[in-house]
Amino acid sequence: MASFEATRLGRIFQEESGRAVATLIRVFGDVDQAEDAVQEAFAVAAERWPRTGVPPNPGGWITTTARNRAIDRLRRDAKRHDRHAEALRLSVRDPSAEEVGPVRDDQLRLIFTCCHPALARNAQVALTLRLLGGLQTPEIARAFLVPEATMAQRLVRAKRKIRTARIPYRVPDDAELPRRLPPVLDVLYLVFNEGHTASTGDELVRPDLCAQAIRLARLLAEVMPEHSDVLGLLALMLLTDSRRKARTGPDGSLVLLADQDRSLWDRQLIEEGQTLVRACLRRNLPGPYQVQAAINAVHADALTAGETDWGQILRLYDQLLALAPSPVVALNRAVAVAEVDGPHAALALVDRLDLGHYHLFHATRATLLQRLGRSTHAAEAYTAALALTSNAEERRFLEGRRRSVSAG
Amino acid sequence: MPQYLLSVHMVEGEEPPSPEVMDQMYKDVDAVNDELQREGAWVFGGGLHPADMATVVQVRDGEVLTTDGPFAETKEHIGGFWVIQSPDLDGALAWAAKATRACRSPVEVRPFQDEPDA
Repeated sequence: MASFEATRLGRIFQEESGRAVATLIRVFGDVDQAEDAVQEAFAVAAERWPRTGVPPNPGGWITTTARNRAIDRLRRDAKRHDRHAEALRLSVRDPSAEEVGPVRDDQLRLIFTCCHPALARNAQVALTLRLLGGLQTPEIARAFLVPEATMAQRLVRAKRKIRTARIPYRVPDDAELPRRLPPVLDVLYLVFNEGHTASTGDELVRPDLCAQAIRLARLLAEVMPEHSDVLGLLALMLLTDSRRKARTGPDGSLVLLADQDRSLWDRQLIEEGQTLVRACLRRNLPGPYQVQAAINAVHADALTAGETDWGQILRLYDQLLALAPSPVVALNRAVAVAEVDGPHAALALVDRLDLGHYHLFHATRATLLQRLGRSTHAAEAYTAALALTSNAEERRFLEGRRRSVSAG
Repeated sequence: MPQYLLSVHMVEGEEPPSPEVMDQMYKDVDAVNDELQREGAWVFGGGLHPADMATVVQVRDGEVLTTDGPFAETKEHIGGFWVIQSPDLDGALAWAAKATRACRSPVEVRPFQDEPDA
């Protein structure tokens, strides 16, 4: 029973702490103070809820308790340090600022603070997961293959910069938004991708990271539905996530798109993702996330791998390459070329790419070489791919493929 | 109001711009200065002579030691700076965007420790 309560509390923490922290940052104007107060409120909850039961609105309870405790503490500190003025100011400041306030707006403000361009990308990601995602520092460190002390230091430094450089806590105005929105979308996609294929560890997928990224993308899409790239990103995540159950076999092993049991795809997520893609197409203001979502929508349309409309996918990759040229996009386009024009044409394209550090470059080459019957070269390419990934399930998959070429 | 240092970073030994570009640059910087003053963001600012004109003063073994500068042994030096006031970083970054366009060099933004008018 106790462990059930602990699990439940953990889930409530993940769901609610981001909201509470976002609101309390508005109330107190300080990240650390807000975090401490929310932690304290959860400690009270852990002690009280097993006896009294979980209140009907746990998030609101946490926010109110955190706010009251923080104000109490500030008053005590003020007395001790004779800073009456501050206590007075805080006690009357924004009396309406509580759980009934525009909670969504608070979270939106906080996303833009966490993903401010004055912070390094890795700090943006860490802050977003910690402040909005309710993840603890050790979890974030594990997710990004960084020692815990390094991650802790990164978070402390980022929070200090928010405070000392006065990174504002507000949604950018329309003039700034075109420059400020892309890093937010990139951070959310990075979190999603890390969840989709964990770069390390034993499990291929970390559904908690995917769920956090989707939750925050949904929030953005609710508040800024006029931005097609936001809808595109959400659609891309939903369509990718719809295949999660099919991506791993019963033993946890990796299953490629072509070999997946499509009856395991989540039709509800597909329907939602495709509706968003259609909305984007009607607006005709394509951005990279929208096009990637469209590619995934085409895959979702095919009831069997053989029915995939590769011509359509190749046209979308052409569009993507024009919008956001990068070697990784060119690599993915080559996979579509292999289906339309054959592995020979695709290999010629792949061999031109400078992606020697990327395990999927070698894995893609290996597959093409295998299809061309060049077994020795294919095995070498699988070996090169293996040297570059530390995810246990990806390794197992690549080792299996290497064995199959060597045997053939 | 919070103050920020906007420092202009120059790389030593780089080809100086043509006289025409230089002329335009001065005009552009003057325009930024005018705007800073009009908007009430101006505190102080100016361009510096090259780093090889610098002199370093420090205490060594209790004695004041004066040496031919510059202090930092790098090729990048501060070519000039502004001190501006802005309510937050976004305001300071918006000025820095105007400043870097005008002076054609990277501009570093750093918050000051104290608020003189807190």
